[in-house]
Amino acid sequence: MTLNLRMAWRNLWRHKRRTWLTVTAMIFSNVLLVFMISLQFGSYEMMIVNTLQTFSGHLQVQAAGYQDNPRLRTSIPAIESLAQALQQTLRETLPGARAAPRAAAFALASSERRSFAIQLVGVQPSAEPGVSTLPGLVTSGRYLRDGGDPEIVIGSVMSRNLKAGVGDEITLLGAGRDGSFAAGVVTVVGVFDSGSADMDRGIAEVPLDWFQDAFAMADHGNTIAIAVERLADVPPAVRVAAAMASARGDEAGSLLVLDWNDLYPGLRQAIQADLFSGWFMYGVLIFLVAFSVLNTQLMSVLERTREFGVISALGIRPRKLAALVMLETAQMALIGLGVGLLLGWLVAQYFNVHGFSYPGMEQIAERYNLPGEMYPRVTLGTLLLGPSVVFAFCLLAAIYPAVRLFRLRPVEAMRAA
Amino acid sequence: MSRDSGLSLPAMSRLSWRYLWRNHRRTVIMLLAITVGVWAMIFMTALMRGMVDKMIEDGIDALPGLVQIHHPAFRDDPNIENSLPAPGAELLEALASAPVAAWAPRVKVPAMISSERDTRGVTLLGVDPAREIELGFDPQSVVAGRFLEGADDQGLVVGRKMLERLETELGKRVVVMSQDPENEIADRGFRIVGVFEGKLPSQEEQWIYAGLGTTQKLLGMGGAVSEIAVTGGDFRDVGALHAHVRAAVGEGAEVLPWTELDTYLGLMLGVMDGFVLVWIIVIFLALSFGLVNTLMMAVFERIREIGLMQALGMRPAAILYQVLLESLMLLALGLLLGNLLAVATILPLRGGIDLSMVAEGFEMMGVSSTLYPALTRKDLVMANAVVIVLGFLTSLLPAWRASRYRPVEAIAKT
Repeated sequence: MTLNLRMAWRNLWRHKRRTWLTVTAMIFSNVLLVFMISLQFGSYEMMIVNTLQTFSGHLQVQAAGYQDNPRLRTSIPAIESLAQALQQTLRETLPGARAAPRAAAFALASSERRSFAIQLVGVQPSAEPGVSTLPGLVTSGRYLRDGGDPEIVIGSVMSRNLKAGVGDEITLLGAGRDGSFAAGVVTVVGVFDSGSADMDRGIAEVPLDWFQDAFAMADHGNTIAIAVERLADVPPAVRVAAAMASARGDEAGSLLVLDWNDLYPGLRQAIQADLFSGWFMYGVLIFLVAFSVLNTQLMSVLERTREFGVISALGIRPRKLAALVMLETAQMALIGLGVGLLLGWLVAQYFNVHGFSYPGMEQIAERYNLPGEMYPRVTLGTLLLGPSVVFAFCLLAAIYPAVRLFRLRPVEAMRAA
Repeated sequence: MSRDSGLSLPAMSRLSWRYLWRNHRRTVIMLLAITVGVWAMIFMTALMRGMVDKMIEDGIDALPGLVQIHHPAFRDDPNIENSLPAPGAELLEALASAPVAAWAPRVKVPAMISSERDTRGVTLLGVDPAREIELGFDPQSVVAGRFLEGADDQGLVVGRKMLERLETELGKRVVVMSQDPENEIADRGFRIVGVFEGKLPSQEEQWIYAGLGTTQKLLGMGGAVSEIAVTGGDFRDVGALHAHVRAAVGEGAEVLPWTELDTYLGLMLGVMDGFVLVWIIVIFLALSFGLVNTLMMAVFERIREIGLMQALGMRPAAILYQVLLESLMLLALGLLLGNLLAVATILPLRGGIDLSMVAEGFEMMGVSSTLYPALTRKDLVMANAVVIVLGFLTSLLPAWRASRYRPVEAIAKT
């Protein structure tokens, strides 16, 4: 075997320049693939995490039908005790799990000078920071406190639109759970700035106790937001929550557990669409490299026709010759893989530390809840995925030149020019 | 060229052509690679262009218009207080002349809509239906009932999703609440006369249409409007329209083209141009290694012949030209096939590619789910020019090397 390896190695370097050109093509595509794939996966993860962490949580418990048609009366009874029980049970297996109960309704918010329709969310002030980053993004004033005081936290754009800041009063008008007229006056205690214009314009939070009073909810709420430590913890958390929800749901209508994919179907589809167009581009690149290898190996076989003729006349089987050609290709592809992987890793690692950006990206990224700089995700998977596919296709490309050797006729081959 | 080398151009072309096909397998493989590369350049560019064009067209339809006039504070604070007076004579005259194709005055205010079952926040649009249709509202998108029939129509047109959300139906009454200029609540009952289907599902929950006059009366704003939307000409070239409208509007109003009204859309156009160029160059680089390799092998095989020809008096320059010509022939052939293949694959897709499988994902990007590839002359020219020019430059190296062989050494080489 070592003899074969050495022979293949020497054959490879008979045409130094040709081999290097082919290897460079591999390195070029490998570096590009490693960088692009780790950037893609980095941005996907950031997109998911940023979307979920700001407000929705990784999963939610809702009454059946709420996701499709979020109405105040599609509610969960005794929501605070359920949220607490859920958190306790989840923590038995996932110590970092947090759960927070919420209720939500549309309301007309009026300040002294302005009126706007807003999404009003009732939250438990002490539990909310565990599932959402909004409480931490309060830039003036403070976040809500437990106790059910008539206070409200609003977004920065809403504050501007309503011309109301910390200390101002806001009148809320809406319809209660029973269809009755719901109204109340609350004082702005804080203004948050999440960076997402939609959220800063449309969402306001009040204490859940106050919300339940004002909207005739008794002890009901609409959703329980649950956050876990890592995305990988989501499936086990869904299983635990689903078991509890089904036990509890029988009492009053059924409860559903939705993970981030159910909450934001668009998120996964956007990722899929992006992956698809990504793989089309990578496919073309890999195809071109494979053709380069095919050309090189075919030429290298053709120019050795005489040599192969002599060898096979000496009794070496075509199978061995074909294996030799494959071995040469594998050695060449390995160099491409190694160097490409190393350079690709360096590039990805550099941007992983310094962030990657291009002009105009900040505004575009905002649309996907991304910051203005992207950080490639450097893992064994994102590093190896592209180069290993390139490696496989290079070997595939060498099959045709190798198979040709089975048709070699020693006598004719030895006479070849 | 012919004087330098002693070989006429036709003779040299014939020579290059024969050399090209001497090792037909190698040439066919390289030709295939160039064809696929060029196809991928053009095909992918057409798809991406189509996507961005659609995104921009849909975005402009949603704005609507290519240019809009607002009160300077309206975009930051979309309140009835920040309205514009009805257009004056000078502006009306400007809006009636080219390059303006259509324009519409609109009231656009935040409002609440309530049925007996539910309440939602919406954007109330007071429109002149005939003008709105000229501006791009598709009457076909009203899937039940009718669109408004005049500026004083008493009816309301809502989105299909909104109808579900409110658990109401066509012909029923709803209450619309907003704010008048004195910050008093202004409300009014409306009968739902039509239901529209939005290009993006979110529009169905965001917009409700009422007559312009009816809305102005409800809000007690006289003849004032929130915005004047203007369209005319191609979206890529909005400068003239913008300047024309701007000249007619005095100080005290803000006139902005779509690229600034929706900066995301404006940026997409620029980022797209960058992406197309990067994509074409990346593909070319991947091709270039194979191209250089092929030429080097071709030259290497005939070192002896080259030496012989030089010994017989052919000049190095002629050898350089000959190899370059060979490369250009290969490139031109690959370009021809690649372009043909691209056109052949794009034409059948002209009717649109249905991507409804991932529709919600595309909505996040602001794209509706049918993709129409857009093959533009500019992109075609760019792809072909990049391949020919850069291909020529990369061929210089092997061609130059071929011309540098010393006749005696070359002949001696086996």
